[in-house]
Amino acid sequence: MDNPYLPYSVRIDEIITESEDRSLKTFKFVFLNSEDEARFAYQAGQFAELSIAGKGEIPIGIASSPVEKGFIKFTVNKAGVVTSHLHNMKTGDIMGVRGPLGNCYPWEKLEGKNVLIVGGGFAFTTLRSSIIYMLDSANRPKFKDITVVYGARTPGMLLYKDELIEWEKRDDINVHITVDGTDDPSWKYNVGFVPPITEQKAPQGNEDSYAIVCGPPIMIKFTQPVLEKLGYDHNHIILSLENRMKCGIGMCGRCNIGRELVCKDGPVFSLSEVNQTPREY
Amino acid sequence: MKVIKIDKAQFADGYKALQKVYKLFGPVKEKAFYNFKELVDGRQADLSFQNTRLSPKSIVFPQSEDMFTYTLDEASKDANQLKPVPEKNESRAVIGIRPCDAKAISLVRMNFDTQEYKDPYWLNLFNATTFVGLACDSPCQSCFCTTAGCGPYHEDGLDILLSDQTDHFLAKELTDKGAKLMKAAGWKTKATAGLEDKKKTAESKITAKISTDNLSGADTLALYNANFWEDASFACINCGTCTFVCPTCWCFDIQDEVHAKNGKRMRNWDSCMFPIFTVHTTGHNPRETKLHRVRQRFMHKLKYFVDKYEKGIMCVGCGRCVSQCPVNIDIRKISELMNKQASKNICAVQK
Repeated sequence: MDNPYLPYSVRIDEIITESEDRSLKTFKFVFLNSEDEARFAYQAGQFAELSIAGKGEIPIGIASSPVEKGFIKFTVNKAGVVTSHLHNMKTGDIMGVRGPLGNCYPWEKLEGKNVLIVGGGFAFTTLRSSIIYMLDSANRPKFKDITVVYGARTPGMLLYKDELIEWEKRDDINVHITVDGTDDPSWKYNVGFVPPITEQKAPQGNEDSYAIVCGPPIMIKFTQPVLEKLGYDHNHIILSLENRMKCGIGMCGRCNIGRELVCKDGPVFSLSEVNQTPREY
Repeated sequence: MKVIKIDKAQFADGYKALQKVYKLFGPVKEKAFYNFKELVDGRQADLSFQNTRLSPKSIVFPQSEDMFTYTLDEASKDANQLKPVPEKNESRAVIGIRPCDAKAISLVRMNFDTQEYKDPYWLNLFNATTFVGLACDSPCQSCFCTTAGCGPYHEDGLDILLSDQTDHFLAKELTDKGAKLMKAAGWKTKATAGLEDKKKTAESKITAKISTDNLSGADTLALYNANFWEDASFACINCGTCTFVCPTCWCFDIQDEVHAKNGKRMRNWDSCMFPIFTVHTTGHNPRETKLHRVRQRFMHKLKYFVDKYEKGIMCVGCGRCVSQCPVNIDIRKISELMNKQASKNICAVQK
């Protein structure tokens, strides 16, 4: 019997400090057994349990994209026991990754549509995975207009800055970067919270457009009325939720919102699905 | 389906034969209470019990169970890599499990044996175990199995059903696993009588009821937002006794434990009654108050599970939570409140 609790062994290949306060680091992992990479076949929007012997596991969204081969990447906020330990680990250290877990963004439905991506803070990880996936030359023709609104507290807290600058230059994606505030006089992008910037910059929604929203609860709360005003249907607003998790496979019983399990039935739900639950997240 | 007669005088010999083939578990009295224990050194199950204080769920779902071991010694080539603990698949049999507890195990199976994932720890123990049930002829006052989709002679989840007939047992073979155990014990006298008469008498003795008939059609959010939850949860002290004794509660936690350089990853029973069960690292807790947690427990058993699997409620009417709750919270009263609320919603929809 396959053991769904057994992580694949991985080696830390690279560690990138993403934010100026050093609270966010991206870890690039390489599988110790190369055949495990194929077993880990994933889609953008899924997550995995990062496993450290002696410390435990932590569910984290997959930041690398299915079109990137030979490694997987996760951006981790230093917060609890496992993530604090991980932040002190070094390149070459051995740990585990268990997954991929959960569902992905609804790629079949998104094909042929305009896609608006709204992200805030360090929840941008699976959105980065999605953007890289859609911009891949084999996939880009499958989607209509792609618009991204991404915000962080300050310029120094933005993730993946090199990639943001590159996307800015492309003409097949509209990127709107914003920060809550900055004292940097050379800052040439937007200043303001994500919801009002979305209202100014995002295209009108119709039956041909979807919005994917991922960010802190307060951002989701204030983005929802903006998207409604822009004409996005509740079935076309896609959210990625998080809850405390242990098993990640729908068995340990803690991450449910009503009868839905965030780990297995989610983490991706449409707003109309979420509206039918008690919203205990 | 064969029915075998076992004289009580033959029982001890059968036991001896079974102990050669199976690791046996059964109810034994320790101090004031009965509980299921492994029967070692020829110890016999005491089948004169009414019901055990704890459910026998630990036989397939130990309260604490090792999952992986590892070494943190960097000198070892396997350092920091998890190794599964050896599979436990020696033959085991539980003698005298009550039909309610056996049905509970078959409900819990839906959680651990899914299309997408199989829990190897739970399933290995479950598959290795033969369940020999003992029908209930003198139920406790708190029992309400007959309205919880179960009954004193219910067969779901059992391989053999025993019925106590004073000087002998009647044993109904329900599965091949059960037939194999009967053969190993050497019990083979064909019975002429069946279990039907005693079944009817036993069922008529259970008078307590749980009301659930409106729940499956009810609106989840209307039930969730009903105004009785505050009163219903007011006395709760979040001690977790209800989840600890419940045969259908399966929630667990996973923890790492390290001694010197040797570590293990293990799982332990957990409880939705504890605030830490759902708290995020940020401190945010989606089920912050005891109202949230009490509501989660009853909504899960009587509504979410009903909707998810369409196999009835996640309660078998064993009555343990009713008799052991220190503040007298009673699932039968809560279900009545929920059922009444549900009937209002159904009427409202029909209007």
